[in-house]
Amino acid sequence: MTTASAPVLEIRDLSVSFPTETGTVSAVDGVSLDLAAGEIVGMVGESGCGKSVTAMSLAGLLPGSARVTGSVRLDGTQLVGARESALRRVRGREIAYIFQEPMTSLNPVLSVGRQIGEVLQVHERMSRRAARARAVELLTLVGIPSAAQRVDSYPHQLSGGMRQRVMIAMAVACGPKVLVADEPTTALDVTVQAGILQVLRDLRDRLGTSVLIITHDLGVIADIADRVVVMYAGRVVERAPADDLFAQPRHRYTAGLLSASPQPGRHAGTDRLTEIPGLVPVLASQPDACTFADRCPAADEQCRAAAPPLEDVGGTDHVAACWHPCATAPTAAQEANR
Amino acid sequence: MARYLLTRAWQSALTLLMSTIVVFVGVRALPGDPALALAGEDRSPEALEAIRRHYGLDQPLPVQFAQYVERMAQGDFGVSIRTGTPVSSMLTTALPVTVELSVLAILIAAALGVGAGVLAAVRRGRPAEWLANGLALIGLSVPHFWLGLLAILYLSVATGLFPASGFVPILEDPVDNLHHIVLPAVILGTGLAAIIMRQTRSAMLDSLSSDYVRTAKAKGLRPRAVITRHALRNSLIVVVTVVGLQLGGLISGAVVTEQIFGLPGFGKMTIDAVFQRDYPVIQAVVLLTAAAYIVINFFVDLLYSVIDPRIRVTGDPA
Repeated sequence: MTTASAPVLEIRDLSVSFPTETGTVSAVDGVSLDLAAGEIVGMVGESGCGKSVTAMSLAGLLPGSARVTGSVRLDGTQLVGARESALRRVRGREIAYIFQEPMTSLNPVLSVGRQIGEVLQVHERMSRRAARARAVELLTLVGIPSAAQRVDSYPHQLSGGMRQRVMIAMAVACGPKVLVADEPTTALDVTVQAGILQVLRDLRDRLGTSVLIITHDLGVIADIADRVVVMYAGRVVERAPADDLFAQPRHRYTAGLLSASPQPGRHAGTDRLTEIPGLVPVLASQPDACTFADRCPAADEQCRAAAPPLEDVGGTDHVAACWHPCATAPTAAQEANR
Repeated sequence: MARYLLTRAWQSALTLLMSTIVVFVGVRALPGDPALALAGEDRSPEALEAIRRHYGLDQPLPVQFAQYVERMAQGDFGVSIRTGTPVSSMLTTALPVTVELSVLAILIAAALGVGAGVLAAVRRGRPAEWLANGLALIGLSVPHFWLGLLAILYLSVATGLFPASGFVPILEDPVDNLHHIVLPAVILGTGLAAIIMRQTRSAMLDSLSSDYVRTAKAKGLRPRAVITRHALRNSLIVVVTVVGLQLGGLISGAVVTEQIFGLPGFGKMTIDAVFQRDYPVIQAVVLLTAAAYIVINFFVDLLYSVIDPRIRVTGDPA
């Protein structure tokens, strides 16, 4: 689904840091990423690797204490450092969000129709009646049965999957160019997950929305993403088309992630999943070194002396930040870990 | 809903009956004999006997109680032992004063408390929050009888901005009525305003950091809509609870405030009646207060389900 046309969302050298009592914590460090029209990009990494902070920083949704530098262009418009009033016009209309917890992310005291309608009232200047009617259409679009009745329901009267569909309906109400889905399926049952991912795929196909899906679940990525960005300790360590990444992970961290996930064909009991030794480093100091060096089986002096740049590692559009990338043999990583 | 109302009505009736018994027995357990107070100079046993017979005080207590409940059920609260006027007519003059004072005090307290609480939460860590917190501390720690005296001293006696005492019925002259009652209402409302402010502030801090407020911001809503429609609406349940709980305090506060500002309300009537062992008046006053409490709490409960759709009233005991 990748196209050569100008990207809808262009992230360049995005960094986010937070001042704390013990010094500045750098949560995101020099992230660059393009999102083409109608493309689904998966952003994967462990908890605390900076995925969500990256997502929130795109539309300026971080708390005021956050220091954001770099560039985020949405259809050419610079969002980093933009005025709050300008950001408000973009939020919900051109870039919309779906959050992890559909229970707490919906307002418990407003009907779902009202919450969906709100976006339309503020951005499309619709009347309350028109917005409500449109909300019914949107609920139908995301696959909620008998939407005309459900539009007056409150969040607590819906199941988790239904609530997440409501969140999606709310997000796509104004036909945004970019949809940021932050762990949209994490709080849901596996069967419900598949349904939600199908809704996202449908919307991409029908509305041409670009989707940035953030997750720690490689299964979700494999299911839906065209391209994948792997983040580790605030940096992008590998970026590749989804098929390539799963077939030939080049960064040692990606390889570790893949071998730590269950794969079909491996036998329970005989084959143990491999863990990545060590912990995610504290983000307080970003040393001039590979952030993964302390946990990497292939690390040497060079890795501890200089941070590797994101470089082409062969294949189409496949880059990794590693001094010693894995061999290109498809199963090398898995083999090494057996 | 019908079942809920029925249950509540039954519970309320029971509570009322209980308070009637408590008041009836309590008043008679107080030292002092109304017949003696009424007899004045003529304290001959015959005279006392006649008085007791006249007021039914010679009957056994259970009989007195039954007669009392029977009369009350017909809207007859009896006749004041002290003045000889029907209690019901005393109530019709005193009650509007107290109701107006209390309602105004609640409105003022809610407006000030919610406003300052929201401001303190939104402007967290800035001068506006310190100011609101400081004022709340003063409102909580300064007793309002003293605040009332200060207000009379500086706002009435020294500057003449407000009348120091007295009351004009609202139907007679609404403007003058407001002029007389606004100062007592503000004074009575200060403590409540401070409590509401603190509760609103902490509830707002909770809602402002919630996921649904993040969602509201991500939708591109204006800060005003985020704060009022999303954060405040979710905080109101706390405010309503606090107001409901503080009503008892408000009623006793009204008694004191009426004394200070010389308002001819419920409070003055109560105090006079207690000093004179005026059984019928005390009984009526306490009973009416209990009834008001029950009714208001019922409305608070109903209000919950209006504010928060997750709370649905049912007939099942909580």
